[in-house]
Amino acid sequence: MSEPILRLEKISKYFPGIKALDDVHLVLHPGEVHALVGENGAGKSTLVKIITGVYQPTNGKIYYKGEDLHFANALEAQKHGIAAIHQEASMFPELTVTENIFMGHHIKNKRRIDWKEMRKHTAALLKKMDLDINPVTLVKNLSTAERHMVEIAKALSIDADLVIMDEPTSALSLREIDDLYKIIRQLKEAGKAVLFISHKFDEIFEICDKYTVFRDGKYIGEGPVEESALDKIITMMVGRSLDQMFPKAEVKITDPILEVKNFSRTGYFKDINFTLRKGEILGFFGLVGAGRTEIMRALFGIDKSASGKVVFDGNLVTIHNPKAAMKLGIAYIPEDRHEQGAIQDMSITHNITLPVIDELSPFGVTQKAAEQETVQKYGTLMEIKAAGWDVAVNTLSGGNQQKVVIAKWLATHPKVLIMDEPTKGIDVATKAAVHQFVSSMAEKGLAVILVSSELPEIEGMSDRIMVMHEGRITAEYERNQVDSETIIRAATGNLKEQGA
Amino acid sequence: MAGYKKSLVDTSRLVSDKTTMSRIVDFITRWEFIIFALIVFEAIVFSNLTPYFLDTFNLLNTTFNFSEKAILALPMIFIILSGDIDISVAAIIALSSFSMGFAASHGAETGTLIVVGLVSGLAAGLFNGVFVAILGMPSIAVTLATQSIFRGIPQAFLEDQAYTHYPEGFGYFGQGYIGNTMLPFEFFLFLVLAVITGFVLHKTTYGRKLYAIGNSATASKFSGIPVRRIRMINFALTGLFAGIAAVLLTSRIGSTRPNIALGYELEAITLVVLGGVSITGGKGNIVGVVLAVFLLGYLKFGMALLNMSAKVMIITTGALLIVAVLIPEFISMRKKKNKLKKQKNDENTEEVA
Repeated sequence: MSEPILRLEKISKYFPGIKALDDVHLVLHPGEVHALVGENGAGKSTLVKIITGVYQPTNGKIYYKGEDLHFANALEAQKHGIAAIHQEASMFPELTVTENIFMGHHIKNKRRIDWKEMRKHTAALLKKMDLDINPVTLVKNLSTAERHMVEIAKALSIDADLVIMDEPTSALSLREIDDLYKIIRQLKEAGKAVLFISHKFDEIFEICDKYTVFRDGKYIGEGPVEESALDKIITMMVGRSLDQMFPKAEVKITDPILEVKNFSRTGYFKDINFTLRKGEILGFFGLVGAGRTEIMRALFGIDKSASGKVVFDGNLVTIHNPKAAMKLGIAYIPEDRHEQGAIQDMSITHNITLPVIDELSPFGVTQKAAEQETVQKYGTLMEIKAAGWDVAVNTLSGGNQQKVVIAKWLATHPKVLIMDEPTKGIDVATKAAVHQFVSSMAEKGLAVILVSSELPEIEGMSDRIMVMHEGRITAEYERNQVDSETIIRAATGNLKEQGA
Repeated sequence: MAGYKKSLVDTSRLVSDKTTMSRIVDFITRWEFIIFALIVFEAIVFSNLTPYFLDTFNLLNTTFNFSEKAILALPMIFIILSGDIDISVAAIIALSSFSMGFAASHGAETGTLIVVGLVSGLAAGLFNGVFVAILGMPSIAVTLATQSIFRGIPQAFLEDQAYTHYPEGFGYFGQGYIGNTMLPFEFFLFLVLAVITGFVLHKTTYGRKLYAIGNSATASKFSGIPVRRIRMINFALTGLFAGIAAVLLTSRIGSTRPNIALGYELEAITLVVLGGVSITGGKGNIVGVVLAVFLLGYLKFGMALLNMSAKVMIITTGALLIVAVLIPEFISMRKKKNKLKKQKNDENTEEVA
């Protein structure tokens, strides 16, 4: 076998409070398309950033073409022939396709930028990719799929030896995916190495030669992609014991509190039907972009254009805005803690009392004592660790920030608590605390919707699991009535392949 | 204050405590304290240079020169705090003053004139609010456009003419004093409105929501705050206050020309920013802005006493503004740096850029 082009040895990356990568390794050979597989949060994107010089590893060695190298930044990696296509297109919308493609490595004629030459190169490149795009079009005028294809063209323009594709197909249509496969095969024939990161098994089986599986920032295993590998990969991705991380109590589930019928929003979700009962934890599993968050936003009145019926506590309701949802007794802990959940520069007190400030303030005059009482109660309940209730939320750790957000919504005395990725990016201890807490609230009769992309969390916490794929509910399972593999299949649209 | 809050916190969970020293440092690096120190400095310098500066009658009487602008600055705090801007306020004064002049020329009495002035101001503010809050257009673009409309109307009707006939009693609001005191009505009104503004800002849910919106309109929306309604009310209030300023100014100078109150919008915004309200929203308080009113008002007065040119005045204001923006930025940068350093030591891990 040829000399590997990239060899990662014992790579670790620590962020404050989190081990994003823990002693992982990866070997890539020229002419190989290598799939890097893992759930959300497995550390795939962190690894990409380390290879491309965006992050520096805490420990470990990177051998590139046999040399022990560390790239100080993305540009340096680019100069060494490493090109990366990131999950989200990082383009300059107000510049032309040519300008974007040659950003950072302009072709120069003496000391001037040679636009003519670059346009020629761009046209050739686009033609090679079967793309009907004018090199002088502004990127903002392209469709999302076209932008991704340009992003790919950009990666190819530097004549890279190693091309990293981080979920490249998420925004592409079938035709463009075929084009992408063609490009990948061309790269392979030219002896380049491709690191292909994807959730989608059909893609992996279509195009990849080998796979490596990460889980929770750790290396789990690797092997050749062949017919029998699917079950092995899925087991490696999810296979772990659901230990004390998920203290789910047996709860008596009673009357329906929220019924959703034929709920649809064009382009986001379609024909959503479910019933949530008091004391129940209803899990929503799916890949990023499956439409789960959009449903919850519509239920909370953030987005208004959904059709269908919502019955709350026996009454047909229309939820025009978050205030209306709150009046009914719905609370929503959004997925983006920084932008949506907490107000970073405000104090813990002011954050927690914000949704209930009108109730706490007779005649609109704020009452310090009443606010302190509320904060004392819910802050203590959530065990928020802080130097005082008057410190700004942005001084807290991620886990404590999330506790503030949860405390804030508990103060509204909700009947239905919607939690969207409540433990994303927080440390293990806080995660367990949040789970413990959700379970005890359900015991008291609270109905909970748990949206998560973490399968163990969904399996460990839910009484029932709704699985979504591309805007639809594809499966519904009772607790402990299903294995992880089946859930993953349902979430990736591969349910029929199960054959059972 | 800090002690009061702290006593309610379960001390067993306190991770760190502030020392007396750091509390003193926090206090003297507060922007309000810096402005206050500048006012004291100003008073010492001017009173040494001229005997007319520290004179009660002079100090009160010079408030005629800044009370209207100071009143404009009050609702501007709401606007800027919540992340908006209104540069049409001076043009609203022109429109409102024009409306009063028009009414006066048709025989309206003082009471009617005041109603006309306030209502026309309020209407102009609501007009702004419709575009900003309901249609979601950027406030700087909207008010840039409406200010030429608002001032364009008096310009079109009056051209180089002016309304100069106002009823007898109308002069009181801009020229009169409270009873037999030396306290000008205008200034008294400013003080009353400033107290009300401060109360709303710091003691009511409305004020709390302004800070929330200015810090993060998204998170505010997700917390059930009616963001659009509040922005609408802000613009309406600004229009109303511009109407009040129009009554005072028209009453004081006794005439309406199309160029009335020209440039007042920038002076009002200057007061707010100099007062420590973050131009990006979410930070600031009433004390800073009121102090800024005095700092600039008496700076102008002192310089006028010394016969210094207006240009020196303008340059000084500019320099103060830069300082007002830079110093808080510098302080927060230092604090962040220290925090990062501390975090690094605590966690003994690498920081991510």
